[in-house]
Amino acid sequence: MSVDFGRRVLVVRPHRGVSGRLSVRPALVCLALLLAALATGVLALGAGEFTLTPSEVLGALAGEGTRAARLVVVEWRLPRVLLALVIGAALGLAGAVFQALTGNPLGSPDVIGFGTGAYTGVLVVTVLAGNGYYLVAAGALAGGLATAAVVYLLAHRRGVPGFRLIIVGIAVSAMLASVNQWFIVTVDLQAAFAAMLWGQGSLNGLGWAQVTPVVVTVGALGLLLIGYGPRLSLLEMGEDAAAALGVRVNRTRLAYLVIGVALTAVATAAAGPISFVALAAPQLAQRLTRTPGIALLPSAAMGACLLMISDFLAQRAFAPTQLPVGVVTVSVGGLYFVWLLVRQARR
Amino acid sequence: MSLAARDITIGYDRKTISEHLDLVVPEGRITAIIGPNACGKSTLLRALSRLLKPSAGEVLLDGRDIHTRPAREVARRLGLLPQSSVAPDGITAAELVARGRFPHQRLIRQWSAEDEAAVVAAMAATGVTELSGELVDTLSGGQRQRVWVAMVLAQQTPIVLLDEPTTFLDIAHQIELLELCVRLNREQGTTMLAVLHDLNQAARYADHLVVMKAGAIVAQGDPRAVLTAELVADVFGLGCRIIDDPETHTPLVIPRSGVARRIG
Repeated sequence: MSVDFGRRVLVVRPHRGVSGRLSVRPALVCLALLLAALATGVLALGAGEFTLTPSEVLGALAGEGTRAARLVVVEWRLPRVLLALVIGAALGLAGAVFQALTGNPLGSPDVIGFGTGAYTGVLVVTVLAGNGYYLVAAGALAGGLATAAVVYLLAHRRGVPGFRLIIVGIAVSAMLASVNQWFIVTVDLQAAFAAMLWGQGSLNGLGWAQVTPVVVTVGALGLLLIGYGPRLSLLEMGEDAAAALGVRVNRTRLAYLVIGVALTAVATAAAGPISFVALAAPQLAQRLTRTPGIALLPSAAMGACLLMISDFLAQRAFAPTQLPVGVVTVSVGGLYFVWLLVRQARR
Repeated sequence: MSLAARDITIGYDRKTISEHLDLVVPEGRITAIIGPNACGKSTLLRALSRLLKPSAGEVLLDGRDIHTRPAREVARRLGLLPQSSVAPDGITAAELVARGRFPHQRLIRQWSAEDEAAVVAAMAATGVTELSGELVDTLSGGQRQRVWVAMVLAQQTPIVLLDEPTTFLDIAHQIELLELCVRLNREQGTTMLAVLHDLNQAARYADHLVVMKAGAIVAQGDPRAVLTAELVADVFGLGCRIIDDPETHTPLVIPRSGVARRIG
């Protein structure tokens, strides 16, 4: 006798101790999103001053074709595509974690001030020590984590009710934004310019040196999320219900917060504050997959797809002028944000 | 499978609700906690279900402090229907019930044949099998409550705690739910502990009554022995007569009327 879940479900039991249940629709959506992201990636690899057809790109990736083609595709353009995919996935995951924890579609790391805090960290580091890649990354990481800790402590009152966290986050974010402004008008022109550039959120100029640390960290955090299993969905049912099912609520929530902040910080450290991907990806993914609550994997796939397409647009829309991808996500995401606010206000 | 509180002091922040409470939940029986609003009955239930850690004393599950045992191990022994639960947007009844299997699952064992059998049995017992594929948001209050109860049953615990399970249900669904508790208790020997508001339902369905007032347990035992007019006057401040329930021969509380004309 099998259970009717009200949707197409695939049950796998290859072995006595191994079993799983897979909803067909989310799996297909994830697959489609990844294919779209990869296809855009192939287009991006071929586009630019040195133009290649998709088949030439695939050839170069497989190690065939001319040396020039391989140089352009693998050495110059591939790191950026990989980073767009991985950073997009990281942002999607971070957004999913925070939205599930706060139980609110506005509860995303860019709205609650972690991006702004990371920017503050970068400005402080730029002023005090200069702007090497690892310095900037460390500054972003420290700034993001410190802001997260402050917001968490200010919002903390017997657990973290979602709405408090969001309100406190928005307030802290607004304060930090003015601090950032103050820094930019105070420091010398060159440092200010470098910081401004970083602050727009861009994948320009990233290479293989950045790929390894980002992929390794995001991969490790992703594995941690998998290790925590379905606990995030259980937390969505309320503290008591989750605790009754054997989730250690406080400890688990703290772990998710740390993972979410770390994902945001890694993405921000590499590419600067890229807004709206974390905000929009989980919600769009949920609408497409119709999963109960926020789901991690579809959010990651959607994030990767959104950032890949946004970055392609940023590079190609006004070519040869290259826009920072942050500008594209802000303009597209701004529309989404307005829609979301209107919809929330109507409830 | 025993559950007991030993000399516990419980409260929120710095506000103490109960001090030095002792309670042994009778095994294999149905126990109801009754008492006026804010007497600490839900707080006691939260402490017994380890949602609230006592500031002194301990809650013992099978003779061991409930807070020192692994959370999922406890969740395989003790199930709880909390007062406030949120069904995620877009979840179907069967998916919600299946979440009750969490304490039995492992990372690589997410949906075993036992899980499936437990979900099927829980949904059959609560009569929600035909609602299986429906979205929980679209169900009526009574149906939704039965789905939540099914989730707790799917957990397959020998002890089940219910925090005001009949609130928001109409009278027919209230009785149906309580009869379901009795059936589970008789068929599977499940130990049940529920916070109830309705004295007559408590007297009718519970084997053991725990009466609370201002954070303390003032009486407990067989409803027939415990539930007297004096007790109701003392605990609830309500004048009443106790008559025999013609249906079950349990005490039936009839509030005295200050307005209506009394004959005889």
